[in-house]
Parts: sequence; C-alpha cells; structure tokens
Amino acid sequence: MDEPLDEINRNIINTLQYGFPICDHPFREAAASLNITESELLERIEVMRENGILTRFGPLFNAEEMGGAFSLCAMKVPATEFDSVAEKINALPQVAHNYQRDHAMNMWFVLATETPEEKHKTIERIEQQTGYRVYDMPKEKEYFVGLYLKV
Amino acid sequence: MRYALHRNPGIHHQVDSDKKHMNTADLDHQIVVATQAGLPLDPQPYHRIAEQLGVEASLIQKRMRQMLEDGRIRRIAAVPNHYKLGYVANGMSVWNVPDERIDELGEQLGALEYVSHCYRRPRYLPEWPYNLFAMVHGTNRNEVMEKVRRIALLLSDADRGHEVLFSTKILKKTGMRFKSST
Repeated sequence: MDEPLDEINRNIINTLQYGFPICDHPFREAAASLNITESELLERIEVMRENGILTRFGPLFNAEEMGGAFSLCAMKVPATEFDSVAEKINALPQVAHNYQRDHAMNMWFVLATETPEEKHKTIERIEQQTGYRVYDMPKEKEYFVGLYLKV
Repeated sequence: MRYALHRNPGIHHQVDSDKKHMNTADLDHQIVVATQAGLPLDPQPYHRIAEQLGVEASLIQKRMRQMLEDGRIRRIAAVPNHYKLGYVANGMSVWNVPDERIDELGEQLGALEYVSHCYRRPRYLPEWPYNLFAMVHGTNRNEVMEKVRRIALLLSDADRGHEVLFSTKILKKTGMRFKSST
C-alpha cells in the first residue's frame, strides 16, 4: 500500500525535520531551498499528512518547559495481576501512556501532572490501590530528544 | 491593535470577548492550543493563527520565536512517522555508567542518529543500577540489538552493565494535550 517516497518528498522530510521558518511566507522560503514551488510544497505536505507519512507538521512543544511535573514510573507486577493493575493505572487521567516491557520491571508509564504535589499524590494512590511499589524515575537531565531519520 | 503586556489575573473570562487585552501568558497558551494539531497548511500560516486569535501576525511570530528561544517549543518541523518509514522496532536501552562521566557519555549517545531520547534518571540500588536511558530505533529487533552493541563498544569500560527493554504491549497512549481553558 505504501508507495516508496520520491526524491522530492525525501528531500522535504530530510530538510524540514530540522526546522521550518517563522516569517510572513515560510512555505515560499522553505520551497526555495528545496527547489520547488510554494504550492507544490504545501500540496506535498498535505498529502503526506493525510497518508500518515508525516505524523505532525508544526511546533513540537516541550511539556516540561510549559510548567507541570512529569515522570517515567516503573512497577514490578506479577503476571497474574498484570491486567487488573494496568486497568487501575490506565483509569487515572494523569497517566499519559503505559507500556508493558519484557523485564521484571514490566510496567512503564508516564505521569503528566500540573504540580509536583499532584505527582506525589498520584504515585501514593497507585501504590495504595495496587499494593505494589512505584519506582519514580523522573528525568534528571535531558541529553537529546528527537529522531532524525534520513530517508 | 494594542496589546497589554502586564499580567492581569482577572482577565481570563474576558479573553474571548476582548482579545486585545490578552496578556502574554494567555496568548502563549492560546498559540499552543491553536497549533498543537499542527500549523495551518496555508501560504501564510502565522497570519491564519493571528486571525483566529485576533492579534497581529507579527506578534504571533514574535511569541513563537520567544518560545523557541526559551525551549517551550523544541522546533517547528515535519515529523515523519518512523513506523511507516520502516523503523518498527525500538528498545529502551538502560545503562549503568559512572556518575562523574554521565554528562559526557549522555551527550555522545544522544548524538547517535538512531537514539531518539536520551536521559539521566535515578538509580534504585540494588535492583535498578541504571542511570542512563537511550531509546534505540531500528527496522527490527536484531538491528536494535546490533546498535546497542555499538553503544556498548562506544562506552567501553564506562559500561558497567546494560539491558534492553522491548515493549510487548501498548497499554495506554493518549499523548499530551494542552487544555483550551487555563
């Protein structure tokens, strides 16, 4: 179903992954550096948004810098209780995503809360409701975020 | 159109009816809400956002430049779907490296083209000795494992133990959404 990308689309992805201008006519400016017209660039981005080649076109926000408290949390949950614990955790609106991983620490979820207090309360609540310890692993330092795929 | 820069905590209720009195924090928040699904695909996207919010396009551009500068916006960009491009495997590699070298090593791992996220996180001794996390992407698990071996070679004797955790199931994925009301 997925056709291979032509050279122009590859060029668009390889170039615009790194940034897009802020100015009155940003598509014109970006198109000039790609040697295509403004309308062709707009049309191609629209098509790639629609067919899912691009998951996003626009600003990428850093949620932490917007305020709020975030953490990656891990738990060791016995297989027999895994589904019921997952259900309790997923029901909380503060849980942004949750993955099962192949390790003794088998449940990994991200908490996104508005304040550090809310984060601590949410962790306590999960520990009380499930009876298992939550290993709170907030990021202490960010070295890199992003994935630049050369296509 | 005039634009009030002072913070007025009572202004929230007036935002819709009296946009010219919006303060900077309110405007920035509205820009986030207006663009979180993406930039308008229009020759003048910043003008379209400006019209929607009832301010000048130059002000939208100024605020977005400011958010880029202070890190609230990482970048404005096209984000390819790595699954559609064949990068269907990813493993969370976790490393036990000496604390005194972690910044230098974290920067090195983060610079690798196949690492998408690289963070320092707390250890929980003795059961969790790992302080450096790097998400490694590849077209299959073997390729991910091969890249992890390359990282191990790069770290050399700073690698005091590592593991790779593959996800076996997505249990929840809502992503972050910024609410339209503050």
